[in-house]
Amino acid sequence: MQKTLKKYFPIFALPTLAAFAVSFVVPFAMGVYLSFTEFKVVNSSEWVGLSNYIKIFTTDETFLHSLWLTVKFTFVSVISVNIIAFLLALLLTKGLKGTNLFRTVFFVPNLIGGIVLGHIWSLIINGILGIFGVDITYNPEYGFWGLVVLMNWQLIGYMMIIYIAGIQNIPDYLGEAAAIDGATPTQVLFHITIPMVMPSVTICTFLTLTNSFKLFDQNLALNGKSPETSLLALDIYKTFYDHTGLKLAQWHGMGQAKAVIFFLLVAVIAFIQLRATRQREVEH
Amino acid sequence: MKKSISKSLIYILLFFIAVVFLAPIIIILFNAFKSNFYISSSPFSIPNADTFAGFDNFIKGFTQSDFMRSFTNSAFITAFSVAGIVLLTSMTAWYLVRVKNKFTKIIYYLFVFSMIVPFQMVMYTMTYYAFEFNLNNPIGIVFIYLGFGAGLSVFMFSGFIKSIPTEIEEAATIDGCSPVRTFFSVVFPILKPTAITVAILNAMWIWNDYLLPYLVLGSGENKTLPVAVQMALTGGYGNKDMGALMAMLVLTILPIIIFYLFCQKYIIRGVVAGAVKG
Repeated sequence: MQKTLKKYFPIFALPTLAAFAVSFVVPFAMGVYLSFTEFKVVNSSEWVGLSNYIKIFTTDETFLHSLWLTVKFTFVSVISVNIIAFLLALLLTKGLKGTNLFRTVFFVPNLIGGIVLGHIWSLIINGILGIFGVDITYNPEYGFWGLVVLMNWQLIGYMMIIYIAGIQNIPDYLGEAAAIDGATPTQVLFHITIPMVMPSVTICTFLTLTNSFKLFDQNLALNGKSPETSLLALDIYKTFYDHTGLKLAQWHGMGQAKAVIFFLLVAVIAFIQLRATRQREVEH
Repeated sequence: MKKSISKSLIYILLFFIAVVFLAPIIIILFNAFKSNFYISSSPFSIPNADTFAGFDNFIKGFTQSDFMRSFTNSAFITAFSVAGIVLLTSMTAWYLVRVKNKFTKIIYYLFVFSMIVPFQMVMYTMTYYAFEFNLNNPIGIVFIYLGFGAGLSVFMFSGFIKSIPTEIEEAATIDGCSPVRTFFSVVFPILKPTAITVAILNAMWIWNDYLLPYLVLGSGENKTLPVAVQMALTGGYGNKDMGALMAMLVLTILPIIIFYLFCQKYIIRGVVAGAVKG
């Protein structure tokens, strides 16, 4: 069968591969190349070696700031989202009636797009701050915590569902045996539930990690104007599109270099995730 | 007795959290029914006889902001992209799994690799090629979405296809079926659960996507709904019609929530499957 199927390459694989080449493979390869050049448009570039990479870490004022802000934001979001989602999952697996309804409600924010989410929270946060006569641009801290609240609102329901699946997979006899041995609910939580849901913890940690690290739409809609509250993805976008004039080619080169660093950081996270999941698979 | 008290405490707690979760949406809904002045002066009040504006905002939101136009664009792009992705990537995945050689292996790993690359990495160059190849229109962008959706979709289909025994397909071939017929009458029906998952994941992503359609289609007559929302809410200082904007947000959220209420089971299952595999 393999031989006959092989001849059908143009029907089965070609359309997808053509689209994949045009929208991903070629742009990716060109993107890596252009990070070592200065260019106004993609087809006319001038080789400058590592100079873009040196500039973004030395003379550029926004890159390191947005990188540090993104790391802080990701750290806070991962911890808060996962703790709250896990506690909610515990409440919803107590065998109460009507838990499905709550599950449905908590998942709703996850369906709404980032731009709309950002504008909803912009109205609410500015509405609250308006009572004190200021708005979200008044203090960068407001923008930061606004994003954290938004991220929690969006992701908690999603992570909760994964935790619920994890908790429901724990065999009943473990809890029953512990109860016969006289274990308290706290002991059951720390010695049975939490160790048994560790695979879900790994999945949820990395999902929140990559989602927070790559955040763009929400950031743009909620507090995108200020460079002080621009996360990495938005900073890259602004480096490309917020400049005009003579130095445009330099900005484009720097933007592409930032994008390569951003990609490498995301790749490292993905690699660690792969290792973490593989290890666990071996253990079981 | 003790148990029922703790039970009602949990219910009260859950109810309270549910209100917190829905509050932002409810606040937007309330404001959509208030006249302009009261949205900025008292954003958290419930509409009353003085502030109630009826459906005025919705009529304005519908007519002023190109809402229908961008809604149709979004619906067209999402529907055709998802259909194309499900059909073509399942075919590609089957080909890559069943034809075993170096080339198919490399292609497969390229698809997997593309899943971890953030959009900003290819943003500028991809936009250039989209214009170069005349893909900067609602039909062209379907082709671009096929390319971007291919990574996750091929990966998920391949994972499932690897678990299907080849005997059934071989029997069909011996009976004289061509690969095309074998795929559509034997393989694809088996893939249906994965196809639903792939369709839901891609539909949610494409419907809500902002940056790609903004760069490729711009903010003109081809703009999608998220782009229209962003334009309406950030453009033109001072003379923003807040009422119309609130109505627009409600109109944008509403179709998603209705869709969710109907296919809740599939959506939750699909999103979880996507999370665990991706």
